[in-house]
Amino acid sequence: MKSICFYFKIHQPFRLKRYRFFDIGNDHYYYDDFANDEIINRMAEISYIPMANTLLEMVNNYKGEFKCAVDISGTAIEQLQLYVPEFIDTLKKLADTKCVEFLSGTYAHSLASLEDPEEFMREVKMHDDMIHNLFGVRPKVFANTELIYDDDTATLISAMGYKACLTEGAKHVLGWKSPNYVYTSAAAPQLKILLTNSKLERDISRNFNNPEWAEYPLTADKYMDWIAALPEEEQVVNLYLSMDTFGGFNPASSGIFDFMKALPHFGKQRGLIFATPSEVVKKLKPVGDITVPFPISDVGESRDVSAWKGNDLQREALGKLYAVGERVNLCSDRRLKLDWEYLQSSDHFYYMATGNTAEAAFSPYDSPFSAFTNYMNVLADFIVRVEEQFPEEIGNEELNSLLLTIRNQASEINSLKKEVKTLRTNISNAETKALPKKE
Amino acid sequence: MKALMFGWEFPPHILGGLGTASYGLTKGMHNCGDMDITFVIPKPWGDEERGFAEIIGASQTPVAWRDVSWDYVNQRIGKVMSPELYFKLRDHIYSDFNYLHLNDLGCIEFSGKYPDNLLEEINNYSIVAGVIARTIPCDVIHSHDWLTYPAGIHAKNITGKPLVIHVHATDFDRSRGNVNPTVFAIEKDGMENADHIITVSNLTRRTVIEKYGINPDKVTTVHNAVIPLDDELLNLPRIDTKDKVITFLGRITMQKGPEYFVEAAAKVLEKTKNVRFVMAGSGDMMDAMIKLVAKRGIADKFHFTGFLKGKQVYEMLRNSDVYVMPSVSEPFGISPLEAMEMGVPSIISKQSGCAEILDNVIKTDYWDIDAMADAMHSIVTNPALHNTLRDRGIEEIHGITWEKAGQKVIDIYKKVINK
Repeated sequence: MKSICFYFKIHQPFRLKRYRFFDIGNDHYYYDDFANDEIINRMAEISYIPMANTLLEMVNNYKGEFKCAVDISGTAIEQLQLYVPEFIDTLKKLADTKCVEFLSGTYAHSLASLEDPEEFMREVKMHDDMIHNLFGVRPKVFANTELIYDDDTATLISAMGYKACLTEGAKHVLGWKSPNYVYTSAAAPQLKILLTNSKLERDISRNFNNPEWAEYPLTADKYMDWIAALPEEEQVVNLYLSMDTFGGFNPASSGIFDFMKALPHFGKQRGLIFATPSEVVKKLKPVGDITVPFPISDVGESRDVSAWKGNDLQREALGKLYAVGERVNLCSDRRLKLDWEYLQSSDHFYYMATGNTAEAAFSPYDSPFSAFTNYMNVLADFIVRVEEQFPEEIGNEELNSLLLTIRNQASEINSLKKEVKTLRTNISNAETKALPKKE
Repeated sequence: MKALMFGWEFPPHILGGLGTASYGLTKGMHNCGDMDITFVIPKPWGDEERGFAEIIGASQTPVAWRDVSWDYVNQRIGKVMSPELYFKLRDHIYSDFNYLHLNDLGCIEFSGKYPDNLLEEINNYSIVAGVIARTIPCDVIHSHDWLTYPAGIHAKNITGKPLVIHVHATDFDRSRGNVNPTVFAIEKDGMENADHIITVSNLTRRTVIEKYGINPDKVTTVHNAVIPLDDELLNLPRIDTKDKVITFLGRITMQKGPEYFVEAAAKVLEKTKNVRFVMAGSGDMMDAMIKLVAKRGIADKFHFTGFLKGKQVYEMLRNSDVYVMPSVSEPFGISPLEAMEMGVPSIISKQSGCAEILDNVIKTDYWDIDAMADAMHSIVTNPALHNTLRDRGIEEIHGITWEKAGQKVIDIYKKVINK
């Protein structure tokens, strides 16, 4: 019996406003509220809300026979809370059905796993805390930003206690192997690896609404036939799709929602099961291990991280950002910490890509150079603010020990105070006792 | 295929971009093979590069019969034109032009520049074109810019061969909209008589269609390219300075938007140390710019060099960290391409024709001094951006060749000849 795992990804970054260099030091608000509001409202209206309702309907109609997973970033949740709070309620309803699993990930959809392991762990924890607070469940399966994965990340994820990790079934990593099995990580044998089937993903995301495609139009029974026709031994098909594939890239008029609604019916006919990733890793035995020395992702022709770290501009921006990470974590200013999250979103670096024009389609900037300029201006102001709290001249270690001393002194003062207090009480008690009783 | 071209400038004696573009295009077309080009200019000096085109000087073309000997002709004009050609041209004089001011060889003297009696020179050039068109067989006639349109039309009427005109600029670009009616009339006449019009950018193409009312079907854009610079220029040494240098290089006229450069400079200097601005060139707005710089209180960091020529231009570029072209209206604008080839990151206005083909530059609206200042600041403060623009810019420029442009022009020739 084959299992099908659907994962729906929702992410929105806090896009930056036009921020000139003469704003550095003067203006500490960085975000284009108008664009963020407009985009998330539009996406919610055409895609997120109808898709979530479709999923809810499917779960209810098939009484637990349709299951799936949702991967949502912290920044997306924040924006939804701000601009489309009703959508959060729908997500809660989905969570309450117990048929929808929420995945773990980075809070800001960041690249921290590539840059700073400690920051990465903090980001993941922050994300999962938010999911737990909102939906009452702690994620067990991890999916990194754009499915970025390598052996080092595997070790970290495993150490954090996750059972499984989803990543891209990249051809150059798999070779002759099929993505339709559960594997383990060679670097962290406890961690199970789920791999996406990019061909079947693409048939929905890219080809569904493409009349020039040889298989057009794609129907639910045809699609289920393809999966059913996979070799007997292949156990699981992971389909990781951006939520805006439904209603966004494929508009409602293409019939994408009806296609989805029909899937469980035709799947059942062919003996296919819809499962959550946790069920899959519990049920299925790994067939082998996978080594990934260099990071892979689900973006670009080469399925690597060059979309975010491919050129000098991106590396410079990332380097400058993460260089202040340790200091930011020493700070206690809440606004500063929030900006730190928002500035980490991978999207900012994606806009700086110079490789091809595919990236430009989603960019609010007219060129990678203006994306870089704008980001660096914002970052310069951010760094100024960090340095106002902790001047550059003091080394991180020195700062750490100073802070430790201050904290220690505080507790020492407290304990001394306590001592003084008890002594005083003792004295006064003694005095009371010592006083001769008045007759 | 034989092409008869009429131009006004030719390197090394050039006053603007027209000469460079004419030269590059002719050479590029020659390299495409099977092209036989005769290039007419008002006044050759004898040091023009030959080999890829036959150069005929209007100043050496007789329009009235003079009984002169081979030796005399050779002694007079031998270094710019062969006496055989002189006599061949003399055989095709078609009318009596003795009423004109002629020299001892029966030729009209041309300045080859842009003198006050420019209209008279244009007219004389057209008279000479009559002789040349009767002498030199051709399949197609090609006129570069409005100065040579009347000559092209004349040649077309004589030979019956198709006329292609090449619009390097229009008077709308030169005047920010206040066109000179005489120039406009010459331009419009040329466009209407042409069998096909080549524009150097889509921006110019739109001007031709919208302002001159030309049928879009006969207007095609062929973007300019750049001639690879000599190693001597590319290897010019750089003088080490502590300060970053941001350069404006060009005529200081209304068309080039110098005041936007000054305003952006003032914004950058307000916040940034170790940066200097240079305005290289001369023009009718230079005094006004000097005053504006003083008024903004940035004269200690803003420098004027006056007119630069030849190698000086490249020395200036070599010592620049950013090149800025804030042109209000630029039909093409070849200088950012040269700056990029020298490894200087460039900021250009979106209103420049070359913005249509360049990717590795920063483009801003000419009036958006905030954006321009921001781009300047970003390049001088972020080495990563500077290096990326430099490296990718050089690579990009190497892909923009005159051979590609030349091939497009040849294709247009074939189309008009077969019509």
